[in-house]
Amino acid sequence: MLHFSRLKTALILVVTALGILFAVPNLLPASVLQHLPSWLASSHVTLGLDLQGGSHILLEVDAAALKKERADQVRDDVRRVLREQKIGYSGLTVRDTSIQVRLRDANDTQAAVTELRKLATPITNSVLGSSTGETDITVSSGADGQITVSLTDAGINARIRSAVDQSIEIIRRRIDQLGTVEPTIQRQGADRILVQVPGLQDPQRLKALLGQTAKLSFRMVDQSMSPQQAMETRPPAESDVLQSSDGVPYLVEKQVRVSGEDLVDAQPGFDQTSRQPIVSFRFNNNGARRFAATTQDAVGRPFAIVLDNQVISAPVIREPILGGSGQISGSFTVQQANDLAILLRAGALPAPLKVVEERTVGPSLGQDSIQAGKTAAFVAAALVAVFMLAVYGLFGLFALIALAVHVTLMFALQSLLGATLTLPGIAGVVLTIGMAVDSNVVIFERIRDEAREGRSAIAAIDKGFSFALGTILDANLTSLATAVILFLLGGSGPVRGFAVTYILGLLTTVFTAYTLTRLMIAWWVKWQRPAKLPI
Amino acid sequence: MPLIDYIPAQTKIGFMRLRRVTFPLSAALTLIAVILFGTVGFNLGIDFRGGTLIEAQSAQQAADLSVLREQLTDGDLGDVQIQEFGSARDVLIRVGRAGTDDAAQQAIVDKVRSALGQDFTIRRVETVGPSVSSELVRQSILALVLGAVVVLIYLWFRFEWQFAVGALVTTAHDIFVTLMIYSVLGLDFDLTSIAAILTIMGYSLNDTVVVYDRIREMLRRYKKIPLPELLDIAVNATFSRTIIVSTTTFLATLALYFFGGEVLRGFSLAMSVGVIIGTYSTIFVAAPILIHLGLRSSTVVAQDEADAADEKPAAKGGKGGSRPAKA
Repeated sequence: MLHFSRLKTALILVVTALGILFAVPNLLPASVLQHLPSWLASSHVTLGLDLQGGSHILLEVDAAALKKERADQVRDDVRRVLREQKIGYSGLTVRDTSIQVRLRDANDTQAAVTELRKLATPITNSVLGSSTGETDITVSSGADGQITVSLTDAGINARIRSAVDQSIEIIRRRIDQLGTVEPTIQRQGADRILVQVPGLQDPQRLKALLGQTAKLSFRMVDQSMSPQQAMETRPPAESDVLQSSDGVPYLVEKQVRVSGEDLVDAQPGFDQTSRQPIVSFRFNNNGARRFAATTQDAVGRPFAIVLDNQVISAPVIREPILGGSGQISGSFTVQQANDLAILLRAGALPAPLKVVEERTVGPSLGQDSIQAGKTAAFVAAALVAVFMLAVYGLFGLFALIALAVHVTLMFALQSLLGATLTLPGIAGVVLTIGMAVDSNVVIFERIRDEAREGRSAIAAIDKGFSFALGTILDANLTSLATAVILFLLGGSGPVRGFAVTYILGLLTTVFTAYTLTRLMIAWWVKWQRPAKLPI
Repeated sequence: MPLIDYIPAQTKIGFMRLRRVTFPLSAALTLIAVILFGTVGFNLGIDFRGGTLIEAQSAQQAADLSVLREQLTDGDLGDVQIQEFGSARDVLIRVGRAGTDDAAQQAIVDKVRSALGQDFTIRRVETVGPSVSSELVRQSILALVLGAVVVLIYLWFRFEWQFAVGALVTTAHDIFVTLMIYSVLGLDFDLTSIAAILTIMGYSLNDTVVVYDRIREMLRRYKKIPLPELLDIAVNATFSRTIIVSTTTFLATLALYFFGGEVLRGFSLAMSVGVIIGTYSTIFVAAPILIHLGLRSSTVVAQDEADAADEKPAAKGGKGGSRPAKA
């Protein structure tokens, strides 16, 4: 066991040297890193959000809202189809995910069902791109001209899926506007999106930007009755009572004259005369045409600019607006105007998103955590070093060199893999400082045992190593099993960071204890030719 | 040369005889743990219960908790806990979940934020919605169960079934006692605690496997020695290793406890306890339980001879694959 071929020696030394090389950039200041080649400079441990500060936000597509919106849409489609076909009906109602309608003449049932079935679109498999044979709605008829149009689960799921895809795009556009570095935006599960933004100064603003659907619409104000009247009695069928941010009610028509989808640009600015912050916008051709037509018809009447069912402002149209551009003036602060412009430029989310999990750490706490982690690591290393030297003397020194290389290799691997170091990850590092000596201790104790049984020093060392290997492998493999499970089930958060350092620690400890320590001892044996063991 | 021989190199302690004391002790501890789970329960953190946690630092030398408490319990926030966190300047505010609504939780953060005002810097905000927290509970239980199963299967492959069962019982014992610490001290039980428990599980198994390896080797070598005596020899032979490694690991967790910062304090406390329990159980539970699981040297040797055909002795290293004949 104490003979190393040249190749093997070289291999062990090369691995150690590479480990040091790739770990060192972690210790260098940015000014030095600039002068290093990029492959080396980029070998840097990525700090988790809990260490560098930042926000981890898990968003969920509001499936209930999506269902309701889709049901309303289908109801409108049913109405349109029946009107186009001139089929008389009464009682068109939405109940959860099904739309029910009663035809005046039961003889029309067959014709109506045939026409309504044309509304159904087949669902394509998201992976294979082929048709699944299912449609997004089903149409069934009962007695007395009763027809039920139901949304299928497959159809709703397909919509949730595509809503997530679209939302990811829109969120990316919104966050990019904040000018932050390297946000991570990824799908999680069927209906969730994970957003991780490092080093953010104002996490509230990020949440405000993500939490808004940002559906903008231009609608006419209904002047047939006052909003108070409408709230006390019932609003007209074609209108809704909506409020402004300060609680003023408006009676607004349901019909959307121009929607935010037709915007091509939105910029924050200041009003020429009042010096108030505003958002100016420009429509595309389609939007410009419709906006022109609307304003031409309604000079002197107020229209409402509605964002997510809230009236931002309701100015009176003084003259037709034909140029396809305009401005929104609410009582904005500069930042609100900025954010509204960002939201309008990025586009509306296909469905509301709700925050189901948030973890935000301020930069100062992250700094403190790193500092505390470093202190704990140094104290742990010092304590272990003193103890090992006291118990094993020279061999203790070998074990400590192996321990140093082990920690270095851990950082090198973590840097190379681009793994994230979290606060629990630091705990993992500190913990392995204590546990990494295990393999060495198993070996040394075994060597002592063999010596006690009457073997010569060299023979004892040789036997000690070979007997200890099986034990070391068994012990570390069982630990590895639990660590891998921790990794697989650790989600995306800090616990996974712990699992990563733990796994890397187990791998490098086997290498350092079994090969590096053995090499050091082999050299020492060659040099000293010991007759007696130093332990 | 080592300065002093701190650890006696060759001990001759009658560990197996002590099982008359340690078995009832361990059984009692486990039983108390189970009773505590049912009565006192755990101080579930927001990961598993849902809710909001806010860490804030006062601009003053010391945060005035009573004023804060007044301001925060004034509103309709529901169950609010305010405590000092590590230093007099730092406070930790925990708000239990208000209703089951995710939007309501965001409202809570805003309310606390405005109540804290300019005097405090918010250093950390964690909000876990009810749907996420129930998933985390499920995942964590799955992690622990899966961890146990995988380890059991691995040990069954590498050793005889008695060892696998013994290791599992020992590990379960360690986990129960560690959980008991969480329950008794009212430590926050969150995702980091799951990490702590899985790590203790790994550590305890590691410790146990080292001793089991030696026991199996001895069973092959000395077939005539009665099992209790043989177990004593094996445990004594590995005793110094067990103590040395426990000490270094314990030193590391201690460093973590005192210097690793407030966030890791619960984790490092659990780890420290786990290391002690893991060491105790290796010696006093894992080894003696083999006597009661009906392990005999013939089991091992028979198994070994069956294995010998398809296993290379070299790969088995020190497990004495080629040695039974010598005994």
